[in-house]
Amino acid sequence: MSTLTLTPNIDGADDFYADLLATHDGLSNADSGALNARLVLILANHIGERKILTEALKAAALK
Amino acid sequence: MNKIFEVPLYPYEHSPDQDELTPVRRKVVVIGAGPIGLGAAIEMAQQGIEVVILDENDKVSFGSRAICFAKRPLEILDRLGCGHEMVEKGVEWDVGKVFFGDRQVYEFNLQPEDGHEFPAFINLQQYFLEEYLINRVRELQATGAPIEIRGRNKVSAIGTHPSHVTLEVETPEGPYNLEADWLIACDGANSPTRSMLGLDFVGRVFEDNFLIADVIMEADFPTERWFWFDPPFNRGQSALLHKQPDNVWRIDLQLGWDIDKEREKRPENVIPRLREMLGDEVEFELEWVSIYTFQCRRMENFRHGRVLFAGDAAHQVSPFGARGANSGLQDTDNLGWKLGLVINGQASESLLDSYNFERIHGADENILNSTRSTDFITPKSDMSRLLRDAVLDLSEHFEFARPLVNSGRLSVPCTYDGSDLNSADALNGPADTRPGSSCPDAPLDDGFLLPKLGGKFTLLTINTDAPDQIEVDGIEVTRLALNTGTDPNSPLKQRYLGDATSAVYLIRPDQHVAARRPTYDENLFHAAVRRATGKE
Repeated sequence: MSTLTLTPNIDGADDFYADLLATHDGLSNADSGALNARLVLILANHIGERKILTEALKAAALK
Repeated sequence: MNKIFEVPLYPYEHSPDQDELTPVRRKVVVIGAGPIGLGAAIEMAQQGIEVVILDENDKVSFGSRAICFAKRPLEILDRLGCGHEMVEKGVEWDVGKVFFGDRQVYEFNLQPEDGHEFPAFINLQQYFLEEYLINRVRELQATGAPIEIRGRNKVSAIGTHPSHVTLEVETPEGPYNLEADWLIACDGANSPTRSMLGLDFVGRVFEDNFLIADVIMEADFPTERWFWFDPPFNRGQSALLHKQPDNVWRIDLQLGWDIDKEREKRPENVIPRLREMLGDEVEFELEWVSIYTFQCRRMENFRHGRVLFAGDAAHQVSPFGARGANSGLQDTDNLGWKLGLVINGQASESLLDSYNFERIHGADENILNSTRSTDFITPKSDMSRLLRDAVLDLSEHFEFARPLVNSGRLSVPCTYDGSDLNSADALNGPADTRPGSSCPDAPLDDGFLLPKLGGKFTLLTINTDAPDQIEVDGIEVTRLALNTGTDPNSPLKQRYLGDATSAVYLIRPDQHVAARRPTYDENLFHAAVRRATGKE
């Protein structure tokens, strides 16, 4: 059973971060919020494992 | 021609009970002749137990009300004698369409699982079900069964005692007193019985209003379920279009909370809304319109001594997922055999506490599901709306998001996990038939499995031996011997054996599994029968 990865894991982290910002370029706050919501759902589905998702929810809540 | 709901089907008749100076004691009195009260009474009468139904009206319900009947309630109704009539009259549908704003985001086909006698669900107006149940009451009466239905008999006071219940009943000819060993209250969400006994009705409360309309139209809309989130004709709210028999279409328009109900109900306000929804070219006639306010809550206890609550009187849910009438029929299915054993002296009163436990389990599951649907349909915060809209937008493009769209999860029977009536699971079998589960149907060489179960305890043996009949403390258990044959994919094998090669199931009169093991063992199965009847 795998656990949530909370150590560096993205190849080319700076490139990814730039892509993330670029995807939001020119969007209103509302549209950016909607895009983030869609992104969360897409990534959550990709992960799929409920246990990892639960850990991610907790990690994101900084608790 | 009069509509069925305009004809008094059980007009007031004078009962000899009204002339007695000392109140007559009846075994079971049911208050309410809705689907749940009628179901409860038929269940008792089929066991040969005397039952009197008291109802303040004399007609079936006006308007469609409960319209979606799921497989499990249809199976229950089959045992009550109305399942096939329901399916013959009802509308079956598989295709649903989901709209968001002004566009269709996706379409689905439910493709129900094969190997069941009854469909996954049908649409049928509640008044048809009530009519069939009343016909069934008449049929039972013709065979001499001790069942009576008294129209325009309104219960105005209830007294509870350790050994019985006293009732004051108002009729067009004045009041009379009646007593009952047991009282089943099926008098709906606003249950006067509950109020008269001063009982709670608690839980998470949120309130919403729906405009519910039955519209008659000769439209060529296909037989599909259409659900709209945030449609142009009902901004910020939801809408549902469903087909019923006889060219009647059911339309549910969510109105929100803070509204003027009387104003919204007026035809001059309803018709323009419907016109906007259906388009200018569609001819329609308004048959029935109502405003429905719901809350999600339940009584803390469904049993109060000799008074048992069932259906909406005991629990109320949102309409999403068709869990009202469907769960009410499962209440009386659960209660009937237990009350029968208690009345016949074959089990102690404490068996009825398992009704409380098991059906509260069911009610909580229904409330949870219906609350989640409501939260999706009516987001309560900006962020929940953002996420909800994200799911809907994604569902247009990607299949993964569609299971997250929640416009109501269809009622499926709950498994009574944790019930004291269950014996520990001793079979390496499918999870769906673990103790507490309702038996799934399966095709056999000579029909279907479920009609061979129910109404009594059954020992179902698959590929193994057991006595044809056992008796435990006066309770008879009859064997049903089956073999799976050579087909490795037979539904019976898949649903009841899984990886096991043989199995013995103890099945309760309500077709729920009480115990299962790979082979028969006298001591263990005798103990299981005792446990399933509240004796261990």
